[in-house]
Amino acid sequence: MTLSGFLDAALGRLDWNALPFWEMVAHPSASSIINGLIASGAAGVMVLGALVTVWALTRYSLWGALWRDWLTSLDHKKIGIMYIALAFVMLARALAEASVMRTQQAVGLGGGFLSPEHFGQLFSTHGTIMIFFMAMPFLTGVINFVMPLQIGARDVAFPLLNSVSLALTAAGAALVMASLLLTPFSIGGWSGYPPFTETGYSPDVGPDYWIWAVTLSSLGTTLAGMNFAVTIYKKRAPGMTMFRMPLFCWTALCVSILMIFAMPPLTLATSMLALDRYLDFHFFTNTGGGDPMLYANMFWLFGHPEVYILILPAFGVYSEVISTLSGKKLYGYTSLALATICIAVLSFTVWVHHFFTMGQSASLNAVFGIATMLIGIPTGVKVYDWMLTLYRGRVRLGVPMIYAAGFLMLFVIGGATGIVLANPSLDYVTHNTLFLVAHFHNMLIPGLLFGMLAAYAFWFPKAFGFRLEEKWGRRAAVSWIAGFILAFFPLYGLGLLGMPRRTVAFFEPAYLPFTLVALAGAGLVLFAFGCLVAQLVVSIRERERRRVPAGDPWDGRSLEWSIPAPAPEWNFAVLPKVETRDPFTEAKEQGRAYRSPEDYEDIGMPRNSAVGPIVGVAGFACAFGLVWYMWWLASLGALLGLGAMLARGFVRDTVRVIPAAEVRKAHEGWLAMVHATPRIPRHEENTPANLGHAIPASQEEQ
Amino acid sequence: MPPLAAFLLLSGCGVETFLDPQGPVAAQQRTHFWLVTALMALVVLPVLTLTPWLIWRYRDRGGADYEPRWAFSRAWEVALWGGPALVVAVLAALLWINATRLDPYAPLVSDADPLRVQAVGYDWKWLFLYPDLGIASVDLLAFPAARPLEIELTSATVMQSFFVPALGSQIYAMGGMSTWLHLGADAPGRFGGENSQYNGKGFHMQKFEAVAMDDEAFEAWARHAATAPALDAAALEALGREGVASDLARALDRQGGEILFGGLPDDLFARVMSETAKAPMAAHDRADGQ
Repeated sequence: MTLSGFLDAALGRLDWNALPFWEMVAHPSASSIINGLIASGAAGVMVLGALVTVWALTRYSLWGALWRDWLTSLDHKKIGIMYIALAFVMLARALAEASVMRTQQAVGLGGGFLSPEHFGQLFSTHGTIMIFFMAMPFLTGVINFVMPLQIGARDVAFPLLNSVSLALTAAGAALVMASLLLTPFSIGGWSGYPPFTETGYSPDVGPDYWIWAVTLSSLGTTLAGMNFAVTIYKKRAPGMTMFRMPLFCWTALCVSILMIFAMPPLTLATSMLALDRYLDFHFFTNTGGGDPMLYANMFWLFGHPEVYILILPAFGVYSEVISTLSGKKLYGYTSLALATICIAVLSFTVWVHHFFTMGQSASLNAVFGIATMLIGIPTGVKVYDWMLTLYRGRVRLGVPMIYAAGFLMLFVIGGATGIVLANPSLDYVTHNTLFLVAHFHNMLIPGLLFGMLAAYAFWFPKAFGFRLEEKWGRRAAVSWIAGFILAFFPLYGLGLLGMPRRTVAFFEPAYLPFTLVALAGAGLVLFAFGCLVAQLVVSIRERERRRVPAGDPWDGRSLEWSIPAPAPEWNFAVLPKVETRDPFTEAKEQGRAYRSPEDYEDIGMPRNSAVGPIVGVAGFACAFGLVWYMWWLASLGALLGLGAMLARGFVRDTVRVIPAAEVRKAHEGWLAMVHATPRIPRHEENTPANLGHAIPASQEEQ
Repeated sequence: MPPLAAFLLLSGCGVETFLDPQGPVAAQQRTHFWLVTALMALVVLPVLTLTPWLIWRYRDRGGADYEPRWAFSRAWEVALWGGPALVVAVLAALLWINATRLDPYAPLVSDADPLRVQAVGYDWKWLFLYPDLGIASVDLLAFPAARPLEIELTSATVMQSFFVPALGSQIYAMGGMSTWLHLGADAPGRFGGENSQYNGKGFHMQKFEAVAMDDEAFEAWARHAATAPALDAAALEALGREGVASDLARALDRQGGEILFGGLPDDLFARVMSETAKAPMAAHDRADGQ
């Protein structure tokens, strides 16, 4: 075999053109240099970040700890934390991209500095990352961390599968990151509509990056959904009936079911698109009997339930936060649970509203439009239920509550514009415009993202044992809210003026004031993200003054607050017996909290396993090989991943037993510490006096 | 969004939008839009005002009533489910009426016969065929203001969406199939049109002009167009190449950028449709063109 033949086989279609700076070196022009510098800068930041991480891990000899305590751990809490860490990293990138796009449109009257291809990649990666590699990991991480604690379980039903789900999601994220260095990514948007993404129109590697990143993520999410659903069905503590579960668990259950049924259409759609592109099938082509409309239907059969996968966990978080920070029972628990179920069911009946303009009959569009509006009913009920939870409470405006308040007020505005869009005849004049872009950002930022950030502030002490700093947290929350309003309300206006989405440049001077205000909003959102980083740094530095070892910093109501912070590996020394809703509040009010159990038993916890990380690396290798036609790498990755999972089938020793004596020692020690810790009233909860031992709000004298 | 939209209108910036309608479809859409907005205000305003009030009134150590165990009220339940249900019922009725009345496939009510136009989406321009007049134009949709438009659409390439904001509804144009759209203008005027469905690097340049003329002007325009060169195979091939209308004008050596065709092959629209559906992928493989 000749050298060039070997290189062709080894590298597939990878060549120098893939490097982000190659174009400006090969064909220097003002535009190629500006775009080349931006793209190379982004790739450089990523490479630098990776190098600094590797250096730091080596310098402080942390590789072993990373491997043992994190990557191979099957502890649901650690897996949840890793999901959230991944979400924050990806959020940073996608926010940076959003800022570049906002800057481009702010100077985009008749031109701007970005090339159309570059802009196309930016909106495609921004959307793909925000949905699949920011929002999904964030909510999956929060469910992973919180749900087993709330139902009184020691782990999820399938701990290894949990690790595999995380690894697949991380592999997909890594693939999108790789496309920064070895370009290009798709310019076909986050929804990847054919025939534009077919080889006839997009012969480069872009859509392949998108297909495999999304496929890996959708597989991981399907598995996570199964895992969560079985956990909720089978692993609840004694007495924890369905209607005693905290509302967050109801939303987690509905989300799991949505994941199980909604992700497969996506996996199928991307697989069929891959068959079109790799093996010349004609599922979605214009030619050969293909039909791109099939793709639109399949994609949105996933895409609409996906919207509720994104929003329901946040609804769960808001329910917990509003009730806890109002020191009051959640108003209308049954209504809220039923409304959650209604939304989950209805979410499967509305997908056509994503393409009212595709030429269906008026009555079909009307049916789907009305189904869409119906979702407004249970959602409205929820909003009013949360307001009635505030009513006659004792509301503390802590960071999670600021997010919740911002959510309540902004989300209804997004809901109202959603109702506008649900009308086929109004969708005809707003579809594909920035009105739509403003609407879904209005649902996803105040809805999903504020919810996740509230969850982060709320449960952080349970994960790490200390509270987050309050001042930077408030700055972040207020800047997020104001930044969102400035960045997206102008987009409603632009949409009503007919400005289409995904426009690199425009020729209508009247758009300019709006895009300038939106740029200011983007700047404020970046500042908010900076505040979050500052908050984390300050909190870690001052962690000793913020420790809440007794575990109940917010006068919590559900089981996760009845255990130490950080939570021990086994969560509950003895599985709790549940007799009511808000079991921990009831226990505190009746003086039953923090009692020594009668007896301890040995606890079996899952042993670490390398299968997850191996599957992740293998999945990445396989996908990367497929993207660049490196067939040897794709085969190797597939074999490695399948081999690791098969080999796991022969591992018998999967449980590590923690002796009862060890559990007793840890738990009794903690109980003694709790009893020695002073109880604090709510107005001291953000002071160093808060060691996590609360006077129940209902027993506080005011 | 009422304040913002009001600002848009008051600012009088002269941008084309259905909120400043120039045709019967857009006019009905504007009415429907404000009606929906007003109804939604009934739901939104209480939340916007009561949320801050509740948080202030019931703040910790604020001395207000405190009922930590109060979590259910039958009357509130009925109101919470019933109120939104009632609003949605009204909205749904409005939706049904408007979706049916503004069906883009339904001809507009008019004494005049509609003008038949066939629109073909290319990368990144629109070809408008006038089958009854035997003429065609690129990125210029001329029509008599007194007659409604009956547009049949297809795409010779990827999905596109035909949209003239001041006149109303948009509809997709897709390869290998046709869709329909009925629009009209109240009076002579020039309206901006665009493709709103992203289709690659020239997407932002894919704009066209819809020009409503009085009858005489339109007839004069049609006579003028009929004198232009016919739409032959070479022109069709040039249309199929990536590029905006000015690129096409250069390729066809048209002065002044105006691209009109004075003669059409038989059944051109149907031919484009079937050829887009049958063409082997390689025929429009863009790797060749770059």
